[in-house]
Amino acid sequence: MTRVVARARLSALALIAPLALFLAVFFVWPLVTMLTTAVTDGVVRTAFPSAAEAAADWNREMPVPAALAQALVADLRGVEDQAAFGDAVRRLNSAVPGYRSLLSRTLSSARSVAPDAPVDLEAIDPRWGEAQYWTAFADAVPRFTDRNLLAAVDLSRNAAGEVVSGAGEASANRVIMVRTFGIAAGVTALCAAIGLPYAMLAATATGWLRMALLLAVLLPLWTSLLVRTAAWFILLQNEGLINWTLMGLWITDSPIALIFNRTGVVIAMTHVLLPFMVLPIYSVIVGIPKNLMQAAGSLGAPPLRAFFHVLLPLSLPGLLSGSLLVFMVALGYYITPALLGGANDQMISSVIAFYAMGTANWGMAAALGIFLLTATMALYAVYSRLSDTPQMTGR
Amino acid sequence: MMRSVTRSMTPYIQFKQVSKSFGSVRVVEHLDFDIAHGEFVSLLGPSGSGKTTILMMLAGFEAPSSGTIHVAERRIDQLPPHKRDMGVVFQNFALFPHRSVAENVAFPLQMRGMDRGKIAPKVARALEMVKLGHLGERRPAQLSGGQQQRVALARALVFEPEVVLMDEPLGALDKQLREHMQLELRDLHRTLGLTVIFVTHDQSEALTMSDRVAVFNNGRVEQIGTPQQIYDAPQTRFVAEFVGETNLIEAQIDTVDQGGARVQAGGLAFLVDEAGGRGPGEAINLSLRPERIRLGDDASVGNALPAQIADWVYQGDHVRVHLQAGELMLVAKLDRRSREWPVGSAVIASFEPDDCRVVPA
Repeated sequence: MTRVVARARLSALALIAPLALFLAVFFVWPLVTMLTTAVTDGVVRTAFPSAAEAAADWNREMPVPAALAQALVADLRGVEDQAAFGDAVRRLNSAVPGYRSLLSRTLSSARSVAPDAPVDLEAIDPRWGEAQYWTAFADAVPRFTDRNLLAAVDLSRNAAGEVVSGAGEASANRVIMVRTFGIAAGVTALCAAIGLPYAMLAATATGWLRMALLLAVLLPLWTSLLVRTAAWFILLQNEGLINWTLMGLWITDSPIALIFNRTGVVIAMTHVLLPFMVLPIYSVIVGIPKNLMQAAGSLGAPPLRAFFHVLLPLSLPGLLSGSLLVFMVALGYYITPALLGGANDQMISSVIAFYAMGTANWGMAAALGIFLLTATMALYAVYSRLSDTPQMTGR
Repeated sequence: MMRSVTRSMTPYIQFKQVSKSFGSVRVVEHLDFDIAHGEFVSLLGPSGSGKTTILMMLAGFEAPSSGTIHVAERRIDQLPPHKRDMGVVFQNFALFPHRSVAENVAFPLQMRGMDRGKIAPKVARALEMVKLGHLGERRPAQLSGGQQQRVALARALVFEPEVVLMDEPLGALDKQLREHMQLELRDLHRTLGLTVIFVTHDQSEALTMSDRVAVFNNGRVEQIGTPQQIYDAPQTRFVAEFVGETNLIEAQIDTVDQGGARVQAGGLAFLVDEAGGRGPGEAINLSLRPERIRLGDDASVGNALPAQIADWVYQGDHVRVHLQAGELMLVAKLDRRSREWPVGSAVIASFEPDDCRVVPA
């Protein structure tokens, strides 16, 4: 008996194995890789193995021990993997600007003398006498670091290891993060304002009208995002159809700026994300027994009061899940703001893309991704808490 | 049972030449129907007979295509539902799932702008009336079907409407509960003096509860009358067949005199009370209720037809016997204490001349 059960269980596991494997390879593994990339910091350790070991023992007091200095020289002389060296240089240069020139000067000087001859680093460049270069090197050595995570919210550690607010031009992330949430919230609100009445209309309509209303929502969903964005690109221009119509109707004398600003981004995103609002609300409303509104009427409720006391509260679960869906998807928008927005309308995804593709700073890209993921998961937690309240459908 | 006859002198609800079509489909045709104040009237018919549409027109969810509806001599067919002051109980109860039981019952009072302080005692009393005083805080989904039914009833009665409309309100309940609720509804009707319009497709329900029954078929009234009239004196073949079980016998009239007529059917001859205004040689349809047929050995009583037992079915509270009498196949319902005949044995099936009713073809 137990053998039969065990075999049944085994074959059940075998059936879900492909799915589990797929999830592991294409979902769990990239996620874990991303998470670890954000907190690991191995490039300096790889390029400067002996110096890294020596730096780990350093007590961070100047002058640096001779062993550390000589280990660095030895590593510089032994550089073979140019790519790994380049990564390490970029990493150090991002910590202290000027590190790149310092290292390249040191490298050429170290190689110009005899391979075994001792080298006086401070003689090559007086900057080696400054603590910040050595501290930055030592900071880059540990395998795990929180600097990407801190930098993602414009924080960093000072020389004493305390968390401080980042300064100057690098402190844009917080602004962009707030802007991202602001745009997503605005788009969600607009989608709700348009989507709720629309879904109600579609749910109460019958026959071809319902088909047409649903098709109008679904059709854009079946078209490529890029095509839809490009269409808005054409419509919203100064000489575009919308401005042309507005001027033709004497509503405005000169074209309204609809593109390369926040307005264009919000209009296009609202249009693109509307199906994600309409469909959940529609499915909830369709499930509400029709005669609840009749019952409300027979009990003395005029249509508007019946709506506010019966239909609206019963549609709230759909509105809630639609809002969550729209908000989550909007948080990650990249193409639409890139094409229709101005410089001040870029969202966090474009910053991630900048780090990932522009500067190959995978650590930063991953750290920002983690914050986006955290925000999304927190929202989902709130949502499931809200939708847990007893909200049963009627018989 | 005869109350309604005296009451119907002053009609309270009046349908005047009411018709309703959906597209090209006629659902109700030229309905004239008066209902007295305080009457319990059942609309009985198969699905698609138009009975629910009539109720929906009375409640205001549908508008008549032509004709008018009046309540207390006021025309109401153009009023929206919320101005009609009628309690409606729906088949699926239509309770608001997001409101507690007490909030459901409070809804009509809230809509009438009543003070919170006055609502609470009224709700409590209404729930007490349907014996659910202790469940006010529950959600409808946490109640059983019978309890939901009572909540729907309390909600339809709490604002003290003169008229209560019920659309197959017991259809979703199991048999035992349904019979129990039938009696409770009848009690409520009596104690509150309500006018109740009750839609059902269950003929025994209609007979049990109503002062009068209106039988519908294909959008037309087949017969309106007391349960006794409907059951014992069906005026159409449809009513005879739809209400209760019956043996329909196609017979030919032999002779007619004042006392009744002598007819022939299936090679047998017997007496009936009336000839339905037909003369000798003409064909008539007769309805003979199965419980009117008795079985015995004595061939000298009333109409005595020699028959053979074709089948004998024990059904708990009664016995169903299929008889072959001449060329007629008859069904008889017998008391379970009656004598048992083996299948195939010869018996005498007898009935009184007034047990046979003439029904128009």
